[in-house]
Amino acid sequence: MISISTHRTAASLALGLGAWLAAFGAAWANDIGQVKTIKGGVTVERAGKREAATVGYKVRATDVVRTTADGAVGITMTDNSLISAGPNSELVLERYAFDTTTHAGRFDSTLNKGTLAVVSGKIAKQSPDAMTVKTPSAILGVRGTEFVVSAAETAP
Amino acid sequence: MIVVAAAVAVIATIVLSQEAPPAPPPPPKPVDTVVLLPEADGRQTAVIVTPLKGGSAITLDKPHAAATSSESGAASVTLTPDQVRQRFGAALGAQPPKPLAFRLYFVEGKEELTEESKRQVEAVMADIGRRPSPEVIVVGHTDTMGAHALNDALSKKRAEVIREQLVRRGIAAGSVDAQGRGERELLVPTADNVAEPRNRRVEITVR
Repeated sequence: MISISTHRTAASLALGLGAWLAAFGAAWANDIGQVKTIKGGVTVERAGKREAATVGYKVRATDVVRTTADGAVGITMTDNSLISAGPNSELVLERYAFDTTTHAGRFDSTLNKGTLAVVSGKIAKQSPDAMTVKTPSAILGVRGTEFVVSAAETAP
Repeated sequence: MIVVAAAVAVIATIVLSQEAPPAPPPPPKPVDTVVLLPEADGRQTAVIVTPLKGGSAITLDKPHAAATSSESGAASVTLTPDQVRQRFGAALGAQPPKPLAFRLYFVEGKEELTEESKRQVEAVMADIGRRPSPEVIVVGHTDTMGAHALNDALSKKRAEVIREQLVRRGIAAGSVDAQGRGERELLVPTADNVAEPRNRRVEITVR
C-alpha cells in the first residue's frame, strides 16, 4: 500500500513537472525573442538547418536570420529591443543573455549584409557597453537608442 | 649620364603608358552606413562606430547624425531624410509595435483591483488584441505593510490573478508570464510598514 501511494505521488509529481515544463520551461527557457512581422521570404538557420519563419517564431542565440529580395522581418527581443531587417539581409544573433530581474545582460549581433533598424531595449539601458551590432567593417556600440544600419553596400 | 638616364626614364614611361591597357575602374568598395534616428522622448543616446581595421571611432550622438565605414576606416556623412527612407524604409516598416507598460492598482492587503484599475483592464486587453503574436509579462508588487515573506506571496498572487483574468478572456496561457517581487521594487519609496496605494500594483508589459 505504502509503495503504491509513493508511486502515485511520484507519478503525479512527474506529471505536474511535465505539464509545467510544457507550459513554461520549453517556451521560455532558451527563447530570446519572437518574430512579430514578416514580409516575403524569411528563413532562420539553427544548428545547420534552415526553416521558414512565421509570425510567432521564437528565435534563439546563434540563429541566422535571412530575408529574400522581397523579404523583411521584425523581431521583439525579451529585453524589449526591436530589431527589423529589410530585403536581402543576413543577421546573426550571436550572443544574448538577459536577467529579467536585474536587467543585466549582453546582446551581440552581426549584420553581414542588408539593412537593419534597431530600437535598443533594457540590456543597453542597464549597461552602456552591453549591446553591439557588428557590420563587415565596423562594430557599433549601442548607448540606448534608435538607429538604422546597412552592411556591405556597393551601390553608389 | 643623368641626362641620358632621365631621357630613358621618360621614354620608358611613354612606352609603358602607351602599351599598358586602360586600367579597369576599381571595383566599388563595400560600405556600411549607420544613421542615428531621433528619439521620441528626447533621451540622450549614442552609437559609437569603431572601424574593425583601425582608425578612429566616430560617435553619433545627434539626431540624424550618420557615418560610413569601410576597409579604409569610418567617416561622418550626411544623409537626407529621403535617402534614409529610401534605403531603410523596408527595415523600418518591418519594426514590431513598441512594447507598452500598464500599471494596475490593488485594494490594501488583497489581490483585488481598485475600481479604477478594473476599468483599465479593457485598455490592456485592447492593446494585446492589436499586436501580432502578443506576449504579456505581469509583475506583482506590494507596499511595505506586513512581513516580507507575506508580501512576496501576495505580490505573486496579484500577478497570477491578473494572469488568470487575461487567460479567461482569451489570451493564450503560454504567452502570459506572472512574477512577484514583493516589496523589493517600490514605486514610491517609503519606510517599512507604510500603507502606500501606489506601491500596491502589477506592472504589465505587453509586447
